[in-house]
Amino acid sequence: MDQVALLIAATLNSGTVLAFAALGLLINERAGIVNLGAEGMMLVAAVAGFAAAVHTGNDWIAFGAGALAGAVLAAAFGALVIWLNTNQYATGLALSLFGTGFSAFVGIPYTQEKLGERASFEIPGLADLPFVGPAFFRQHPMVYIAIALTIAIAWFLYRSRAGLVLRAVGESPESAHALGYPVRRIRLAAVIFGGALCGVAGAYISVVYTHLWVEGMIAGKGWIALALTTFATWRPARVLLGAYLFGGVTMLQFQLQGEGVQISSQFLTMLPYLATILVLVLISRNASFIRVNMPASIGKPFFPG
Amino acid sequence: MTGLSKRTFVQLAGWGSLAAIAALSGCGKKEETTPAAATPPPASAAMAAAPAPAASGPLKIAFAYVGPVGDGGWTFAHDNARKALEKELGDKIQTSFVEKVPEAADAERVFRDMASQGNKLIFGTTFGYMEPMLKVAADLPDVKFEHATGYKTAPNMNVYDSRTYEGAYMAGVIAGGMTKTNTLGVVGSIPIPEVIRNINSFTLGAQSVNPKVKTKVVWVNEWFNPPKETEAAQSLINGGADVLMQNTDSSAVLQTAGKAGKYAFGWDSDMTAYAPNAHLASSIINWAPYYIKTTKDALAGTWKGDQHSWWGVKEGAIDIVSISDKVPADVKAKVDQVKAGLKDGSFVIWKGPITNNEGKEVLAAGTSADDKFLGGINFFVKGVEGKVPGGDKK
Repeated sequence: MDQVALLIAATLNSGTVLAFAALGLLINERAGIVNLGAEGMMLVAAVAGFAAAVHTGNDWIAFGAGALAGAVLAAAFGALVIWLNTNQYATGLALSLFGTGFSAFVGIPYTQEKLGERASFEIPGLADLPFVGPAFFRQHPMVYIAIALTIAIAWFLYRSRAGLVLRAVGESPESAHALGYPVRRIRLAAVIFGGALCGVAGAYISVVYTHLWVEGMIAGKGWIALALTTFATWRPARVLLGAYLFGGVTMLQFQLQGEGVQISSQFLTMLPYLATILVLVLISRNASFIRVNMPASIGKPFFPG
Repeated sequence: MTGLSKRTFVQLAGWGSLAAIAALSGCGKKEETTPAAATPPPASAAMAAAPAPAASGPLKIAFAYVGPVGDGGWTFAHDNARKALEKELGDKIQTSFVEKVPEAADAERVFRDMASQGNKLIFGTTFGYMEPMLKVAADLPDVKFEHATGYKTAPNMNVYDSRTYEGAYMAGVIAGGMTKTNTLGVVGSIPIPEVIRNINSFTLGAQSVNPKVKTKVVWVNEWFNPPKETEAAQSLINGGADVLMQNTDSSAVLQTAGKAGKYAFGWDSDMTAYAPNAHLASSIINWAPYYIKTTKDALAGTWKGDQHSWWGVKEGAIDIVSISDKVPADVKAKVDQVKAGLKDGSFVIWKGPITNNEGKEVLAAGTSADDKFLGGINFFVKGVEGKVPGGDKK
């Protein structure tokens, strides 16, 4: 039982990274823009956050720096894609590659840096409950913020007027434009917000998850976050659960190895990616299911007047 | 928003970014070459013919690294040795390095490029460079090649390796003396004989002071992936291990142990600074003695190819350093005893009887394993849980 509690705790920790990034991408895609540059943004944010943590010693400033880095890159991406109408997928890939190289270059002086010994967090009282204590209540505050953020985004998308306008822009920018909404500015705002969240995710990895900066340390989590948004059919609650699922599979494979379960470790390493493909195939088979949730104008450029 | 102004904007942006890239890449190149002599030619101007062989000019030496110099582990150790080499031989040599050269066909291009820039002694610091290096060595007989951790040689190519298992054994002795749960954890990189031998040696060392220990192993299937190493270390801690060991290249495992209040070791380089409270000792590789010897041979004209060098504590290539004050004195004394025994050859780690974890005896009582046996280890010793990925072939 103790092991299960620890596995749950590790899953929550691991899934939070994906949750932040995927929620950001969700907002992007709901506005109709696919930002394939998630990996690059997360890497630049990781180095920015780590640098901020090294210089100021404050985690929250580090998250802010990461969010800022993500937002700046996303703004550049947005300007290209929204105003110059470049192909979204190609531009996103270019951003991803740029981010990979740029973060490596900027991060050279930081590869040997260390952050001080980190505090461990727990909610007093609740953390001592048997089983649920170690499972749920000994997490970094960001884990709880991720959950709160999911609820906030769900409320924003489905219960607020601004969210309705955002979804309208994603479904049919021409109609929204005809109604007088500033489609391009709304899309840019969505892209910047999405970039900021990806940035927070990137900073979380280098400051909380691993306390190191090394190039390429995001190691594909940006791409998983992109797949996750589709896997969750663009609904916030499903995004969060999907993030925990993937985080869980990754931790489970190490747990199983440690137990001596005789599945080849390479197969277990492959599992998270296999799970993504499986789900994509399953939901793609039901065309009407996808159509109900997928923003109709996703990936399409918008030319006003 | 007429089309014309957008077009001009895009053109300006395009030329501007091209200029920026040209300027930045000019800065970037200089990061990579470290001249020991006074006026080195810049790497990009290496189209000029290499200086006339031997007598005039310093010997140019190049290193190819698989990871970043800042990994704090494997590549860091190689680069430290390169710096020691420069200090020792001063202006008789001129060294340079290229980091993050992938273990694939692209490595061949890098080696050819190094040779064309006039480097006469080239080091490749990972197993995966073996085939590319062999190819280039065959084409360039007057360049000398040194390949780390491989097994194929040529008249102008040597193989060199370090007995990391000796460091692993000594770390094991400390681990055996420090563990309270009698469960040790190892974050394994790639299941090749070298890594399996290290896991086994670690366990044998621990069992020599604490026969009850068992070792759990988790594989990340990469040499270097800090987030994955963190997750692997966490899962070992969740499984009850309170002293961790690694065969991966970053300090993530040590840091994870520190976060959880457990112990761990530094690997390949001294990692004390990364988690002072968790750090028990670092098993380090010192490549400098070998690099200095082979360079001196090259300078003196006595360098010979087709050699296999496997150096350990005796030659000064392996050591266990920065042993923490938390380690009790009797354990430290045992480590010193083992070290002295390895130095003068009186102590043999792999001496029978040794049983594998399925109960079969793999080394008869009284026999000392030879290098051939050590090079092909494909089983786990008794006390290590699980099976070797890929299965036992013995």
